[in-house]
Amino acid sequence: MSGGLRVLAPGLHTTLQDFGRFGAQALGMPVSGALDRDLLRLANALVGNAPDEAALEVLHVGPVLEVTAPALRLALAAYGGAILLDDAEDRRVPAWRSVTLPRGARLRVLAGRDTAAGYLAIGGGFAVPPLAGSRSTYVRGGLGGWQGRALAEGDEIPARQVSAPAGAERRLPAPPVLERGKLRVVLGPQDDHFTEAAIATLCAAEFVVTPEADRMGLRLDGPVLEHRRGHDIVSDGTAAGALQVPGSGRPVLLLADRQTTGGYPKIAVVCTADLPRAGQLRPGDRVSFAAIEVAAAQAARREHEAALAALIGGIVPIEARPDIATLRRIDLISGVVEADQANSSNG
Amino acid sequence: MSDGTLAAARYLPLGDAALAVEFGDSIDPATNARVIALAEALRRAPVAGVTETVPTFRSLLVHYDPLRRSHDEMVGALRERVAGLRVAVGQGRRVTIPACYEGALAPDLAEVAALTGMTADEVVQVHAATEYQVYMLGFLPGFPYMGVLPERLRLPRLSTPRVRVPPRSLAIATAMTAIYPLESPGGWWLIGTVPVELFDITADPPALLRAGDRVRFRAVDRPTFDALRSAWLAGEGRLDVTEAPA
Repeated sequence: MSGGLRVLAPGLHTTLQDFGRFGAQALGMPVSGALDRDLLRLANALVGNAPDEAALEVLHVGPVLEVTAPALRLALAAYGGAILLDDAEDRRVPAWRSVTLPRGARLRVLAGRDTAAGYLAIGGGFAVPPLAGSRSTYVRGGLGGWQGRALAEGDEIPARQVSAPAGAERRLPAPPVLERGKLRVVLGPQDDHFTEAAIATLCAAEFVVTPEADRMGLRLDGPVLEHRRGHDIVSDGTAAGALQVPGSGRPVLLLADRQTTGGYPKIAVVCTADLPRAGQLRPGDRVSFAAIEVAAAQAARREHEAALAALIGGIVPIEARPDIATLRRIDLISGVVEADQANSSNG
Repeated sequence: MSDGTLAAARYLPLGDAALAVEFGDSIDPATNARVIALAEALRRAPVAGVTETVPTFRSLLVHYDPLRRSHDEMVGALRERVAGLRVAVGQGRRVTIPACYEGALAPDLAEVAALTGMTADEVVQVHAATEYQVYMLGFLPGFPYMGVLPERLRLPRLSTPRVRVPPRSLAIATAMTAIYPLESPGGWWLIGTVPVELFDITADPPALLRAGDRVRFRAVDRPTFDALRSAWLAGEGRLDVTEAPA
């Protein structure tokens, strides 16, 4: 038996992503991987996968998919997102819970409100071979994931587990809420290339994400960050979250598909604890920064990991309720039955 | 310090999960040799918590797991490695790469000749007579920044970058020469094409060149280039590589 998900409409930019491709940055190979690694972990946890299993990253406008396997368990992690089932009852399965759908089920994925990225995981993962240790897609290089590109109409992405999974559906009783506060940064490594005023501006001003935004990075508009020593440096390494400032004085926030090296000075780097939030920024969003010491950033990361682990630990099975209406529906699409209830508890 | 003539390394945070060990701020073989020596030392005897290193012209970027090691702990561990570093300049592998500097395979050669006041033949001669060091790979997967280019060949980047540079183009700009592994936009002058692939993610290792290699180009005519290209595509391509002394 085989099958998986057929793409009826691809959405804006739907790609397979895991934690990223590590180990080849020295060769100039970008890491790629999920823009919001936390949501990827949550989606995987809901369907019982390992945290770094590859899932579909759905940007802005989600795809329309059809189940071609005998049954698939799916879960969407997306702020305000949902799965709309194209059936007689037009049922809506909210994010933050799993659902098992039979062959022929059609679903429209709503990527989320006011955020960029949602993650659709399937139980057992996608049957796509890893490339250099990762199933992440690097579209610019045409490498990895599903044929090195975003999904297109007519694609059929095979699943590793194609029959109905054992065990109850699961949900997050208290879904995460996206924080909108300042992104914390560690100054450097080239903060000495900027005037004191530029550093003060970075930490006080508000910037706006321009339409020049993709998985590689976000160009920010706002007050100019003035260089003290010219805007070219001898190229050196980059990290996700780096704020590099070209000659225009307007920073670019580097994200998952960033180049491994770059020749513009980096005034600061977003803390890894806040990187998932940075990955959710959309054109038009306002963003501001607060500088903290590296030790504080590492403490923040530890807190962040503990909070995420607690969230995942709080995932609970959905208990079937043996009322008549439920029984009537459950033989068609198990797990969808409590959608309305779970939805209302989301607020 | 044993290397008293060299600047002390700086340890600069790049956020909370990476730090740069910076040996200088210029492009020169001695600085780059220290970068590569540290990368090699960490490869041979890994420091706990380090996930990956990226050698660049003048610094080694060290990615690490902040849940395992703090910034201060990493700096401490790396300082020890730097103190015990044995640096050898020009000790990398010797690699000879054939290159065709003719016709359509060298779209900017005539203009480079005009701008540098040489004939096209002289440009080729000067370029192919120099041994280059691979300082780093970056920009694109497998893209080698090699230097230094003889003074006479140095030109600023194109004022308007090309939208599409053909794959395997041999290029120059400023004090560097490079090869574009993939089709990409690019602002360098294209003076030739090589018949070999520089990057294949499914190969081990995926990149033909690595930081520290010493590279020479051997000028070949178009028929030879075509034969080499066919051989490479048939899986029979061989590259002239002399391993570094152990």
